[in-house]
Amino acid sequence: MEKTIKFILNGNHMELTVNPLKRLVDVLREDCGLTGVKEGCGEGECGACSVLVGGKLVNSCITPLGTVASASIITIEGFRETARYQVLADAFAQAGAVQCGYCTPGMLMAAEALLQGNSVPTEEEIREALSGNLCRCTGYSMIVDAILHAAKAGEGLW
Amino acid sequence: MNNFTISDSVNKVDNQEKISGSVKYIGDMVTEGMLYGRTLRSTKARATIVAVNIPVLPVGYYIVDKDDVPGKNRVKYLEDDQPFFADQMVNYIGEPILLVVGPDRHIIKKILEAITLVYRDIDPVLVLEESEQCPGGAIFGENNCFAQYDFAKGAAAEVFPTVADIVLEEYRTGYQEHAYLETQGMIGVVQEGKVSIYGSMQCPYYVKNALIQGLGWDESRIRIVQVTVGGAFGGKEDYPSIIAGHVAFAAIKTGCPVAIIYERGEDMCVTTKRHPSIVKFKTGVDKAGNIKAMAVDIILDGGAYAGLSAVVLQRTLFNITGVYNIPNLVVNGKVMATNTVPNGAFRGFGAPQACFAVEMHMDNLAKRCGVESLEYKQRHMVQQGDTTSTGGSFVHEVKLPEMIAMVDEMSGYTNKCKAYATRREIGRKGIGISLFLHGCGFTGSGERDHIKAEVKLVRDARGDVEILVANVDMGQGLKTTLTKIVGTTLGLSLERIICVDPDTDRVPDSGPTVASRTIMIVGKLLADAAVEMKERWLEDGRIEVTKKYQHPTRIQWDEKNFHGDAYPAYSWGVNVVEVEVDPLTFAVDVLGVWTVFDIGVPIDNRIIQGQIEGGVLQGLGYGGLEVMDQHDGKIRQGNLTNYMIPTSMDFSKVHSKLVNNPYENGPFGAKGAGELTLIGAAPAYAAAVSQALNIHIARIPITPEYLMEVIEHGKDN
Repeated sequence: MEKTIKFILNGNHMELTVNPLKRLVDVLREDCGLTGVKEGCGEGECGACSVLVGGKLVNSCITPLGTVASASIITIEGFRETARYQVLADAFAQAGAVQCGYCTPGMLMAAEALLQGNSVPTEEEIREALSGNLCRCTGYSMIVDAILHAAKAGEGLW
Repeated sequence: MNNFTISDSVNKVDNQEKISGSVKYIGDMVTEGMLYGRTLRSTKARATIVAVNIPVLPVGYYIVDKDDVPGKNRVKYLEDDQPFFADQMVNYIGEPILLVVGPDRHIIKKILEAITLVYRDIDPVLVLEESEQCPGGAIFGENNCFAQYDFAKGAAAEVFPTVADIVLEEYRTGYQEHAYLETQGMIGVVQEGKVSIYGSMQCPYYVKNALIQGLGWDESRIRIVQVTVGGAFGGKEDYPSIIAGHVAFAAIKTGCPVAIIYERGEDMCVTTKRHPSIVKFKTGVDKAGNIKAMAVDIILDGGAYAGLSAVVLQRTLFNITGVYNIPNLVVNGKVMATNTVPNGAFRGFGAPQACFAVEMHMDNLAKRCGVESLEYKQRHMVQQGDTTSTGGSFVHEVKLPEMIAMVDEMSGYTNKCKAYATRREIGRKGIGISLFLHGCGFTGSGERDHIKAEVKLVRDARGDVEILVANVDMGQGLKTTLTKIVGTTLGLSLERIICVDPDTDRVPDSGPTVASRTIMIVGKLLADAAVEMKERWLEDGRIEVTKKYQHPTRIQWDEKNFHGDAYPAYSWGVNVVEVEVDPLTFAVDVLGVWTVFDIGVPIDNRIIQGQIEGGVLQGLGYGGLEVMDQHDGKIRQGNLTNYMIPTSMDFSKVHSKLVNNPYENGPFGAKGAGELTLIGAAPAYAAAVSQALNIHIARIPITPEYLMEVIEHGKDN
């Protein structure tokens, strides 16, 4: 059964008439064309589909659209327009935090969610914040280093 | 001009598009009128198909099966035994039988659920050791053996009767799943009698050759385009040929573009994995406990079809003596068929199984004669000029002594090892060390006789230079490293070097992206091409330079008798892992990981650091976390919830250093690196756990349940 659902996507007001049980990841990728949101596992385990809903990190593959009605959703496509993104992007490049790139947008969203709540995280806090985002290429330490570096370089932004 | 030396790190050429999420993987692509395909698979480990009952299909939906394969219904690997679609028989759970193709994925799922199959069961082979008896008749050939090899060195038969003692041991390793974050997927498009395949793959020309056979078409009508690969680790070496066939047959039948993107559970249960192994040693030692002769028997589980198993087995065999000079040696190995998912390439390609077995065996032989493990290993360690297990020669400097000194300094191995061995009251801590090597590139004469790599470099009218090779950047940074090799050789800034994903209509066959060969072989050919281009730089207009692989005359290999230099060069590694084991739960906490590698000269320090940290973590996962097994032929860990790959919380940071050891036939002195980094972590981890609990460990993955079992029932062997 279809329903009209309103939400704010990357700052824009959206109105979609869809089955409210449709997964947010499918709405974002198929209906909105935001393919920076990746599907890695389809069961909330890998974090490749991470987006921010009301500032909180969620796995969009286990989030039915109906549950985010009227909320503000930020994906990598919205986040990449910010100064905070640029600091993180530079830090990821500098630290060698990117290999195949499939987990990377989700990692950035996890980093943004962490830094929004804790602008000077310790290494342990970063590792914990990333523990729901799987990466099979890097071994994580270079991603952790990138976020440590971004927190310093972006002082005052978070 | 560039103001860096070759090892200095640069901003990777694909960083920006990947970080911003703008790069497109195959699952991000949609074309006009595209249909989706989904695979109906066998639910039986072994059966004949008596009937397939298909419901009336809605308009616009299709079935694609064996009757839609225009050419030969066999995937081109080493043996022509594996069909694209099952033909009367199924040999493993998950074997493709047919596709349902159409516009709506929900309706496709409903159609799949409505299809019923009638099978007649046949006794399956589900236990590796029972394969030889061929219950239910042979799956492959006459005796279920995909390949069997043996070779010898010295005079083991004469030496064995003279030894002081004989030690018998057995080691086992389990499956490992690649778990690349991007699942496998392809899109097939047919236009004007030509099929184009877009997808996630390591080896565009392997896929092309598979389609030449499956379609029976002229090669000019088949085009393969690699799309950004979200991780591969060997898992996208062989299996993509099957999916490429499926989308091609479906696109031909429907006249529409067809996409098949695997869901995670499907990918984990049906694509290839690392071969489970059983390694048996019979080692003769003298009174002091030193090795005089060794006989090794190796069995790998190949799964239901031959795939690349024979070549994987070769690498297990050639690596079975590790970095040790065993004067008298007999090696026997076979890879057997079972009615389970076919196993295939995985970073290390047979070597991790061998390395675990030989390192643990050395550890145990050391314990038996009361000598510290590292000291015992050093007694047997190869040196420059020694013969390899196949009677070839270690012609280059072996820097293991220097590497061991470095890792000892970094980790405090010697002191900790002594303390943990004698002062048990300080807690259940342990430390382990592994020494290992990896033969770079294809085994034996593979590059000369089978691959015959060719590369092309083109300077266009604007003076920019394009690299044309078939090799794939799957995250290991290849576009950046090849760009650096060419740019540095030509003295051009990297912005003027073009390196895009390969398209077989544009690039020559420079071979597959496997076997840690690309930098060493393809990179060297590109460096040579760049040297020639530089000489011709003042010519007007377009310049095209082609280079073909020339086999170094030094390397002699007898492929029939496995004698000579199995590899042109070796990369080396030393790993130390320190652990603390909870005495109640047997949970293992890794306190530190230290590594030293010899990969010749790194083309980019930061890229190599990424290879080391990622490879070591995969190796630790292989040794400690990643449990995958089958029950009645069905893979029991079909998702990332119950198959645990390491998270950011599981292991501590990897401390690494490199030694410089330039290789004369590698670009700027580089050797292979990608696989080496995975190989030594599991045995170092196992040795550390073994010391912490004072037990003998004979298999991986080491789960708390396994540790409990060993402690309750005593020594496992």
